Amino acid sequence: MCLPAAFLALFFAYPLAAILARGLGDGLPWDVLGSRSTLGVLWFTAWQAAVSTAATVLLGLPLAWAIARLDFPGRSLVRALVLVPFVLPTVVVAAAFLALLPDGAERGLVAILAAHVFFNLAVVVRIVGSFWGRLDSGLWDAAATLGASPVQRLRRVTLPLLAPALAAAGTLVFLFCFTSFGVILLLGGPTYATLETEIYRSAARLFDLRAAAALSLLQLAAVGSLLALAALVERRLGGAVPLAGERDVVRRPRGRERLGLAAALTGAAVGLGLPLAALVERSLATPDGYGLGFYRALGEETAVLLVAPWHAVVNSVLYALAATAVALVVGGLAAAAIARRRAAWLDALVMLPLGASAVMLGFGFVIAFDEPPLDVRGSPWLVPVAQALVAAPFVVRIVAPALRSIDERLHEAAAVLGASPARIRRELDLPLVLRALGVAAGFAFAISLGEFGATVFVARSDWPTVPVAIFRFLGRPGALNAGQAAALAVVLMVLTAAAVLAADRIAVRRGAL
Amino acid sequence: MLRADELRVSFDGAEALAGVDIAVAEGDRLAVLGPSGSGKSTLLRALAGLEPLRAGRITVDGVDVTTLPAHRRGVGLMLQEGALFPHLDVAGNVGFGLRVAGLVRSEREEGVAEALALVGLEGMDRRSVATLSGGERQRVALARALAPRPRVLLLDEPLGSLDGPLRERLLDELCELFDRLRLTLVHVTHDVGEAFAIGDRIAVMREGRIVQESTPDELWARPVDAWVARFLGLVNLRENGTLVRPEAVRLTPGEGATVVSARRRGATVRLRVRLDDGEELETVAATLEHPAPGERVAVEVDPAGIVRLGADPG
Repeated sequence: MCLPAAFLALFFAYPLAAILARGLGDGLPWDVLGSRSTLGVLWFTAWQAAVSTAATVLLGLPLAWAIARLDFPGRSLVRALVLVPFVLPTVVVAAAFLALLPDGAERGLVAILAAHVFFNLAVVVRIVGSFWGRLDSGLWDAAATLGASPVQRLRRVTLPLLAPALAAAGTLVFLFCFTSFGVILLLGGPTYATLETEIYRSAARLFDLRAAAALSLLQLAAVGSLLALAALVERRLGGAVPLAGERDVVRRPRGRERLGLAAALTGAAVGLGLPLAALVERSLATPDGYGLGFYRALGEETAVLLVAPWHAVVNSVLYALAATAVALVVGGLAAAAIARRRAAWLDALVMLPLGASAVMLGFGFVIAFDEPPLDVRGSPWLVPVAQALVAAPFVVRIVAPALRSIDERLHEAAAVLGASPARIRRELDLPLVLRALGVAAGFAFAISLGEFGATVFVARSDWPTVPVAIFRFLGRPGALNAGQAAALAVVLMVLTAAAVLAADRIAVRRGAL
Repeated sequence: MLRADELRVSFDGAEALAGVDIAVAEGDRLAVLGPSGSGKSTLLRALAGLEPLRAGRITVDGVDVTTLPAHRRGVGLMLQEGALFPHLDVAGNVGFGLRVAGLVRSEREEGVAEALALVGLEGMDRRSVATLSGGERQRVALARALAPRPRVLLLDEPLGSLDGPLRERLLDELCELFDRLRLTLVHVTHDVGEAFAIGDRIAVMREGRIVQESTPDELWARPVDAWVARFLGLVNLRENGTLVRPEAVRLTPGEGATVVSARRRGATVRLRVRLDDGEELETVAATLEHPAPGERVAVEVDPAGIVRLGADPG
């Protein structure tokens, strides 16, 4: 419990304090907070998140239904594939929509909303789907025998029962869209700005650190209220809904259900597949016809980066490995403390970096660690540390439930057989959560690999990561730069997808036990 | 051997154990019988060191173990539904206590084989615990508790999750095994039959207290009060503080009472009759033929079957 607390104190609380000091140093920064442009940014941030959330929930429901209730060939594969967009790096998704949308329309509101739906569909499908999949089908049968038509059953039974899961998924998606950075930065063009991109613009482009700090405080307040709301919703999620085993619920589709299944799967395949296909196409479409030219160019020096793009791939993998190790240790220990129920405050503290937003984290690093007592700016270690902070909440969320699900009586049985508490942790808890740790490692690796918001602040220009390199390429005009960005995005996509699919396979095998 | 004096345990202010004393001599078997919520499981957990005491003292062989944590007490515990370690195979489960005690591999294997032989699971070492049947799980749990040769074995509803014939068979096996090993044990159950089958002595618990402790015969002959009698399944309680055993009530053709109901339960038929003075009595008939509801009968009661509650047999 001490190690994660110390880690968070140094790398999260301290930078946050630096932001607070900067933002509030001369009293409340009303000139920034009250300005027309700030209010405009806040308003856009909120409503684009609301519209994105509504669209994601609506489009995610059919797929959630299909995966939760129906048995069809390739079901587990679809479950795994749906998850891929969620862990794809934001820059990859942005690059994909830049490749997909026609010239002239590739930047703007439609692109932003489409990318947000693409990203967060998995959240709705997974959260609502796993809840839906455990609702007792006896409830439908009962409603049917009482005379409810399928539509009435949906309205009067299914949706009310799903309400907690819908609310939970909705809050999460809203939070993600509210703090969206890479998508807005790359797809928003000059017109659209959210709090996140505005913090970045103030700090990195205008060097107005006080304004950036003030905007960060606004962001923190907004996200804090959202997280409180999410916690409230989550508490309701454990309501007295009769849950059944998955096997009793899933069955082969009949009649019109087949049509619905086909529609849901086709829609998902087109909506989720097309942008990625367009990205791959762009990466292969060299000026002299299709070929691997852009990929070969990754090995060559370029004016856009200080090093050959290939180095960025190596950097990213090394950074991500280090970040995964740190996130596993910090997140794992935090999960252990949280699971023993002694540390609800630690739970909140670990979750905060997730909500406080990566951009704020990166910005905090920049102003906290560039002057004594901690003048370590430019140290390559800041990158994996920042990435680990972003990944640790996911580790906690995966490992803590696994620890909590260990039957207390196993601990008692081991104790009575003579095992000391330390021995119980080593010989009982650790082997039992080993698979969860494996899953967490896969996710932490994928998240670190694609982390952009914090990394863009702390990565040195001679040590770029892949997302940073893609961002640089996309910032330059020309087909060669666009092609290089697409090629790098494809590489990043493959690495990330491999890590996540490996993690998901572990999860499936774990479920089979 | 095992002594507990004035044990008190509270949960959120409510007393789960309100001053419990027990004493089990070497080789003795105490069955603790009570309904759910009576505190019997709490008593067992307190003896094992899993429940912090508010007051009281526990000694094993005269040594005070009250403040010793569970893993240093050297008692064995077998829980309802086994609580087997899912990541270990059968041998890993049974050998767990030997391993944490620091035994080398050869000694461990010997101990595991011995314990598995005791419960009739020879050669199952490498089986995954997920593939075991309910009865096998309970046997593995028992072997695991026995392997480190605990001085006292504590059993918490060891057959609670099993049903029907399997439960009966395992109960017989347990009794036979306990006879053979002369184990000192405390067995907690809500099942009257189980308590009578296992215990040399039976302690009946109610609301955190032991309300009666005696041999099975004494308990059956002289329940201390109406609550105990009812819990033991004895019916025909009378307002004057006596009860009439069903097997002591004989029905013959005649007058004096009316049959209210007749229900067959396997080999016996339970009959309810209403005497003309309004009192109702239950009786058991072990015959194929029996009077039907509505029939008039004469009732005879064997005086030996009349029990005075709570009275000392002197």
